[in-house]
Amino acid sequence: MAKIFVLAEHRQGQIRDITFELLTKARELAEKTNAELCAVILGKNVQEHAKALAEYAKIVMAVEDPKLENFNSEAYKRILSKLIAENKPSLVILGHTSYGVELAPRLAAALNTPLATDCIDLTFEGDTLAVTRQMYGGKVNAKAVLRKADTYMVTVRQATFTPKKPEPPANGQITTIPSPLTEEIVEKRFLQYVLPPPGGVDITTAEKLVGIGRGIKDQANMPLMEDLAKTLGAVLACSRPIVDKGWLPNDRQVGSSGKTVKPKLYLALGISGAFQHVLGMKSSDLIIAVNKDPKAPIFSFADYGVVEDLFKIVPSLKNKINETKAQKT
Amino acid sequence: MDIIVCVKHVPETAEAELKIDISGKTIDKAGLVFDINEWDDYALEEAVRIKEKLGGTVTAITIGPQESESTLRKCLARGADKAIRLTDPKFEGSDAYATAKILYSVIKTLHYDLILLGAQAGDTGNAATGPILAEMLNIPHAAMVKKIELGSGTAKVNRELEGGFEEQLEIRLPALFAVSTGINEPRYVSIMGIRKAMQKEIKVLSLADTGLAETDVGIAGSWLNIERLYVPPVEKQAEFLKGTPDEIATKLVEIIKSKGLI
Ligand SMILES: Cc1cc2nc3c(=O)[nH]c(=O)nc-3n(C[C@H](O)[C@H](O)[C@H](O)COP(=O)(O)OP(=O)(O)OC[C@H]3O[C@@H](n4cnc5c(N)ncnc54)[C@H](O)[C@@H]3O)c2cc1C
Repeated sequence: MAKIFVLAEHRQGQIRDITFELLTKARELAEKTNAELCAVILGKNVQEHAKALAEYAKIVMAVEDPKLENFNSEAYKRILSKLIAENKPSLVILGHTSYGVELAPRLAAALNTPLATDCIDLTFEGDTLAVTRQMYGGKVNAKAVLRKADTYMVTVRQATFTPKKPEPPANGQITTIPSPLTEEIVEKRFLQYVLPPPGGVDITTAEKLVGIGRGIKDQANMPLMEDLAKTLGAVLACSRPIVDKGWLPNDRQVGSSGKTVKPKLYLALGISGAFQHVLGMKSSDLIIAVNKDPKAPIFSFADYGVVEDLFKIVPSLKNKINETKAQKT
Repeated sequence: MDIIVCVKHVPETAEAELKIDISGKTIDKAGLVFDINEWDDYALEEAVRIKEKLGGTVTAITIGPQESESTLRKCLARGADKAIRLTDPKFEGSDAYATAKILYSVIKTLHYDLILLGAQAGDTGNAATGPILAEMLNIPHAAMVKKIELGSGTAKVNRELEGGFEEQLEIRLPALFAVSTGINEPRYVSIMGIRKAMQKEIKVLSLADTGLAETDVGIAGSWLNIERLYVPPVEKQAEFLKGTPDEIATKLVEIIKSKGLI
């Protein structure tokens, strides 16, 4: 029976959420195509993880090796190349994560396996794999098909599918596979994790956030934004370009490579709403977005939208907040 | 250090209204402003900084039509020494895999210690070309690189992970690094720099010069073939507030106040 492979992702002893998101989507595909769902995990002491995976997948392949304690795409490539060649799965699914983008393209090239990255949907049409992915920062969706092959590979965007354990649990069979790695990988070595320096402000606990994006245009406009935040009693947070430019420190960045926030109010000013940003703020209680582009993706996540130049709104807004506060006292 | 930087000439779309063209497979490019891909801009800056520190050369390579020379001129003005443009109508429709093959065909003939490119292109968002190219060249790589420290024969690089933290790796050179935004602060280009760059030669190569077959490139040589583009369906639509800025501000304050947040 054909197999569908899902690569489990783990870091510092924790299985990452993406693993169960992928397994949930993969189960649906496996049922439709009458394939066996197979979770693959590589690491050191991963038996507990293997048990958790067995609740989702019919087969769990666990490769144990002390050399696999930390992720190394070169080691993963060598082992997965072998497993894929031996098992010939119809599909290999990885997360479009830091690990996935490092590994999948190289693995696909090594095996000459057609690859589609950052997919938000995938489906078999006969024996061809069709995928949906986004382009131009989320402004356009693309439906694409992969070149016909026996094995396809995809990376799937995080938080696209909601994890759901099968009922009853899959009770999968765990097979421990001896590691085929005979020697250390010398060309690429993991050294250590690097934590960001402790910051002054914790945006994850703030009740109100004013999120600013590239739309504020110039560093000279920062005082205006700080002023608004202060008036509102909010903390200033931002999209990635603001941190890249050095206008705000790292710990103010909201999104996949920044912080996940859930304030009572998120006021997004001049933020387009790229997926990586939205991932960090979409669960805020009340989202208000100001953007001069009516087609900005942020508007499909906001409760209230204002299509206008933010520099026309901000001064008025500040005045009205002050007036309201004055009436109260 | 001889460094190769791969750059892409892409449309700026964050603030533009995008229209899907009649073929349904691509966007209508008329009226869009093109520039160097944001991620590649950081790769270029990093290459020039390394050259300034350690000496060597920087060669910028792009695949694209005549117009993409402006991106190469920008690279030359910033401090690249040489520029190569790969161009052929047959390259049209190339995905990350076919793109990597085209780059590989030229890079394999050059000397390099380091290859730098952006972690992804802002138009397609594949984030795949770099690692595929590294596999073809059979050199180690790292993706989403936030910091590069060069030693002798090796580099220490920080890779970005989710949630604001990083991992540090040691990688043997020659290597390929796909860099993230924020790794440095790209410099502005002086008028002098641009003038000087205008005089530098850009080498132009076509399919015939690459030694690749027609079937290796474009849609025929790709893994992925776009069938159609469409505007993403709206899952939730914001309630739009209309009026003068003052009227809008009043409504916003009412909404915020009604939640007890002022
Ligand atoms: C691996 C990876 C990880 C990433 N992680 C993150 C992350 O954690 N967080 C994050 O934010 N991004 C992240 N990004 C980047 C992300 O893809 C986007 O590039 C980024 O979020 C865009 O920021 P922006 O919306 O501020 O800028 P843009 O996309 O440039 O949008 C600016 C917006 O401002 C509007 N605007 C301009 N002028 C005005 C005005 N006067 N008034 C009103 N509106 C105006 C424009 O219409 C536009 O919509 C990541 C990317 C990658 C590849």
